[in-house]
Amino acid sequence: MSMAPMPAVTEEPVTREEKPRAAKSAGDEGGKVLNAFSHGFLVLWAAMVILPVVWIIVNSFRPSGEIKSDPFGLPSELKWSNFSGAWVEANLGQYFVNTVVVLLMSVTGTMLLGAMAAYVLARYTFFGNRAIFLGFVAGMMFPVFLALFPLYKTMDNVGLKDTHFGLALVYIAYSMPFTVFFLTAFFRSLPTGVAEAAMIDGAGHYRLFFRVMLPMAKPGLISITIFNVIGQWNQFILPLVLMGRNPDGQVLSVGLSELVSEAGKQVDTGVLFAGMALAMLPVLIAYILFQRQIQAGMTAGALK
Amino acid sequence: MKHGKGWFVASFLALPVGLYVWLVILPFAQAFQISLTDWSGYSPSFDYIGFDNFVEMWSDPKGWVIPGFTHTGIILLVLPVIVIVMSLFFAFMLNVGGRSRGGIGGVRGAGFYKIVYFFPQVLATAIIAMVWSQIYKPPATGGLITSALEALGLPYPEYGFMGDTSWVLTGIIAVMVWSSVGFYLVYFSSAMAAIPQDIYEAARIDGASRVKTFFTITLPLLWESVQTAWVYLGIIALDGFVLVFMMTPSQGGPNHASEVIGGVIYKFAFGGGRDAGMASAIGVVLFGVVLILTVVSLRFTRRERIEY
Repeated sequence: MSMAPMPAVTEEPVTREEKPRAAKSAGDEGGKVLNAFSHGFLVLWAAMVILPVVWIIVNSFRPSGEIKSDPFGLPSELKWSNFSGAWVEANLGQYFVNTVVVLLMSVTGTMLLGAMAAYVLARYTFFGNRAIFLGFVAGMMFPVFLALFPLYKTMDNVGLKDTHFGLALVYIAYSMPFTVFFLTAFFRSLPTGVAEAAMIDGAGHYRLFFRVMLPMAKPGLISITIFNVIGQWNQFILPLVLMGRNPDGQVLSVGLSELVSEAGKQVDTGVLFAGMALAMLPVLIAYILFQRQIQAGMTAGALK
Repeated sequence: MKHGKGWFVASFLALPVGLYVWLVILPFAQAFQISLTDWSGYSPSFDYIGFDNFVEMWSDPKGWVIPGFTHTGIILLVLPVIVIVMSLFFAFMLNVGGRSRGGIGGVRGAGFYKIVYFFPQVLATAIIAMVWSQIYKPPATGGLITSALEALGLPYPEYGFMGDTSWVLTGIIAVMVWSSVGFYLVYFSSAMAAIPQDIYEAARIDGASRVKTFFTITLPLLWESVQTAWVYLGIIALDGFVLVFMMTPSQGGPNHASEVIGGVIYKFAFGGGRDAGMASAIGVVLFGVVLILTVVSLRFTRRERIEY
């Protein structure tokens, strides 16, 4: 991680005095103290985010004994076996694959079903349109804890409990409110001219949707896909409850929690750090590469 | 063309609506029904007992419910204030706080800070919980803060921050703040970017200090975003389950010092409480709270907005 910009920031008061501004005001005098304080706080908060991440990565290479006796030390040797331990023995590899399998189904399903529903709700007038839209939007307000137990029973009754397909269906259903809410607004904002022209050219409703409207809605679809990937990747309570009896099929978030649970496997501290580093790394890399799109996707909802 | 429309609409809505009704609406409706029963969730039969669960929960034989509501209430009051104040401060510094350069802009390295601060938001809460569990541990197991305090000769909680009744809730809230500030910083930043530069320039020519600029220009123009953030943070505050579940001893301890309402519902339904009726009744109360918060916030956000 680059620490380079920080010294530049702390130097700033010096550069300010070198070239004083013409419009100097009384507020600027008190501003200097504030300035030093503010910058100090900015640097401190950056350190509070960066240091734990660095700490986890450094410790993931160290043997357990060393971590416990000196948590701040550097690795005396690179203990790569921590990583194989986490990936194979602690089963993180399996959890990782499970999460990817579930997400492939659930994100595809969420986007397809969400876009279909949002499109007709945004672009067609029919009886019950408003009621269906409000029904979806109201779901954003339901606390998922209230539905947990009946949902568990429902999935059990149809034999979909402890299956990846069942979990994916639940993810899709619980992602609908926000996805529909967001995409409906997006489809409404698209110009009508293109759609009319396509209809005049003889395109049917289906063709219009898949060939014209979906490609036009691409920016909105990308934002909400990122939002759903991150949201479903982070899901915890649903897989905890709905995959509880299928330990080998568990997803990464809950699988990780078993490494630290009191009743769970007693995992070697070095392996635990390696597990955290492994779980964090793909997200860190994806974030560094796509941070602009990820920030846009995740804040898109709040900005609507 | 006309007769194809009805069929098209139906075919596009059938799956999404069907799935949503089956897995979201019906379970919620059933929860209301179960809240009126004495069903353990495991027995084949149950009886309707009216509103007994809603009365009984307050006598709280397990010692979960009252601490749960109290702590969730504390988080609901504290979390939004801290996160909004901090992220507004950071957003202001990163967007209009820098004054050494010619134009109005953020401090140096603003882009870098935004990238760093937002990062916790993309981490799974489960990973955040694991990382902070390690940080909070007692020195004997390599805790980061306690080891540092020990090295400096300062007092520290003997069983780590999560093992200490007076620290555990503060510790959980700190993690919630740590992971949310970046998101609201980016959110407020985009709102601030929409404020025209000339307003700030005019304020600067008039000799307004940064503090004054913030309170007379930025804050009033951002008021609507602040209210939205408040609602979102309120919803986050009502959760907190994953952190408590993974970080605290006996998932709400020590000695019930970190019970939160989501965790209490989970424990009644799945974790040894064996009382689905009670779990659902508490869930209904939680739903009521969410409803009231939403209505209140909708009323408040219906103020006039300033056009610029």
